[in-house]
Amino acid sequence: MTLPPALLEKIDEAITHYPVSRRSAVLPLLHLIQHHFGYIEPEAVHFVAEKLELQPIQVLEVVTFYPGFRQTAPGKYHIRVCRTLSCAMAGSYELMESLCQATGIDRSHTDHHHPIAVSPDGKFSIEFAECLASCGSGPVCMVNDDFHEAITPDKTPGLLAKYQG
Amino acid sequence: MAIQYKPGKEPHPKEHRLIFRNVDRVDWNPSMERFLAEGGYEQLKKAVTMEPKAIIEEVKTSGLRGRGGAGFPTGVKWTFIPPNNTKPVYLICNADESEPGTFKDRYIIHQDPHQLIEGMAISCFAVGAHMAYIYIREEFPEGAQILEKAIAEAHEKGFLGKGICGSNYDLEIYVHRGAGAYICGEETGLIESLEGKRPYPRIKPPYFPAALGLYMCPTIVNNVESLCHVKHILEMGGAEYAKLGTPRNNGTRIVCVSGDVQRPGYYEIQVGKVTMSEVIRDMCGGLKPGRSLKAIIPGGSSAKVLRADEVFKLKQPDGSVKELTIWDIPMDFDTIAQCGSMAGSGGVIVMDDTRSMAWVLNNLNNFYAHESCGQCTPCREGSLWMKKISDRIAAGNATPEDVQQLENVAYQIDGKTICAFGEACSWPTESFIAKFRGELIAQTDSGKQGKIFNRESQVAAAPLAATR
Ligand SMILES: Cc1cc2nc3c(=O)[nH]c(=O)nc-3n(C[C@H](O)[C@H](O)[C@H](O)COP(=O)(O)O)c2cc1C
Ligand code: SF4
Ligand code: FES
Repeated sequence: MTLPPALLEKIDEAITHYPVSRRSAVLPLLHLIQHHFGYIEPEAVHFVAEKLELQPIQVLEVVTFYPGFRQTAPGKYHIRVCRTLSCAMAGSYELMESLCQATGIDRSHTDHHHPIAVSPDGKFSIEFAECLASCGSGPVCMVNDDFHEAITPDKTPGLLAKYQG
Repeated sequence: MAIQYKPGKEPHPKEHRLIFRNVDRVDWNPSMERFLAEGGYEQLKKAVTMEPKAIIEEVKTSGLRGRGGAGFPTGVKWTFIPPNNTKPVYLICNADESEPGTFKDRYIIHQDPHQLIEGMAISCFAVGAHMAYIYIREEFPEGAQILEKAIAEAHEKGFLGKGICGSNYDLEIYVHRGAGAYICGEETGLIESLEGKRPYPRIKPPYFPAALGLYMCPTIVNNVESLCHVKHILEMGGAEYAKLGTPRNNGTRIVCVSGDVQRPGYYEIQVGKVTMSEVIRDMCGGLKPGRSLKAIIPGGSSAKVLRADEVFKLKQPDGSVKELTIWDIPMDFDTIAQCGSMAGSGGVIVMDDTRSMAWVLNNLNNFYAHESCGQCTPCREGSLWMKKISDRIAAGNATPEDVQQLENVAYQIDGKTICAFGEACSWPTESFIAKFRGELIAQTDSGKQGKIFNRESQVAAAPLAATR
């Protein structure tokens, strides 16, 4: 794991937001690292711990608790489909099915602790997310950092077409 | 000149746009220039010349109640900072917006970030905070960037940083991103998360944030919408603001409607001045053709469900009893509470006659089982049990006794936990069973007695069976 200088600079800047306690910078640092590498590997946990003068477990327990942190590589395009009530009423389970079919993803081995499934070519990965705070325009989903509203299953091809590179 | 809104996004005539004045405007963008062109930061300039106590008084007079869920009076909360305090005071804006059914803070953050920053800065000045954080959910990556840009712009103009607007008041605001956990919306869980830990809520007493919050210092946690209101209270004056809405339920609030209506969306109303019927029939265009109303969750998924044919008997101050149907309920805090539910976060979820209540409850129970932080046994185990039993009911694999068991489990959570998630997760089950027991039982099968249907328990039982 090599951190480019630009990333190290961002990390040092983030730490300044917490003059009282360096420990507060655990989440921001993990975000920066996950954004760069796609997931948090064990070495990253040790790096953050050393940087913030913590025990590695104090970082690892954060990584394992929050659904927003991943310990395995996602696809190039990571899709999060809202699973919660209003979106489910609007068809989010059908959307999930249609996205899996179109990308060849098999979700049968996912569970609470391993929520992410990756396509055979590694291009797409998918998971359910809980309410994304846009319940009036469901079904909604995110692809990496992009947010998409009213993606009924018939819009699957159009959505995936945006992520072909 | 009248404000122009984007086609199809015009406010309904019964709306009163204060906080959402600039949402979906044609000629609007989140920049500093645009905000300043319409009187932006004038209230902050005024605030720093006032006595902090006078601002708190205005907020108290306004009657503003928190828009995050509990509806607690904002001005009163601010006075809970111990009077002889010598520690630094922090203010945290709760931008976790994660209660299912709620989608209002999203639009403030994305379209009108300076309104929030001005409201926050005024509030920080009033409570004596020199450092503040916006705790924003991770799923708003663009929102976090917009806020960071707005903060940088405010710095440039001297609305943040040292000596704000020529006063000797200093303030820094930082954006802090969560990581996808609902419990980070609970204020003490949020504080733990901001300290870089798992967001395990703290027990109250003694850990009331206003006394022992971030880094064990006095901390005020307020919702995005609540903090925006503060700017308007200062602009209008507390007494004038209090004329909006109804007594004890003052001001405006944003109601978010989702589910089975023709036009789901957000509607800013004067609190209590508009009824459920006006929201659903007039603003949202009613139910879909040929459908009839079955149930409404009035204040985010944790609020107890209301059944379409219920008659609510409300005691009046003079001792008489007033009867209300679901349609007559004024969209306020107190009446919805008297009807046995809560206005919560303003998220109204509508269900029509095509919906299976077992399916709806199961969806919610999956949410709560996923989101329990796991500290308290009744909540951690109970939310999972509720999910498993309602999985069975929804799949048609439950027995009638399962419904009873589900109800028992729910009542063993509520009131026995560290944080209000315990109530949040048990109220849906308690209310769905109380109001739709017959429908749930009709989906069960007494012939399924004694069989194991959960995949997890089957897997767990397999090795045991092998040893027998
Ligand atoms: C389980 C749980 C989740 C919550 N989620 C949120 C949330 O997403 N946003 C929010 O503003 N308040 C949320 N709250 C309420 C906060 O704890 C707190 O009361 C609120 O932010 C105070 O702000 P207010 O007084 O301005 O409403 C939640 C409470 C609980 C118990
Ligand atoms: S009630 Fe649930 S969410 Fe709240 S502290 Fe206990 S286990 Fe955690
Ligand atoms: S239920 Fe999907 S965004 Fe709220």
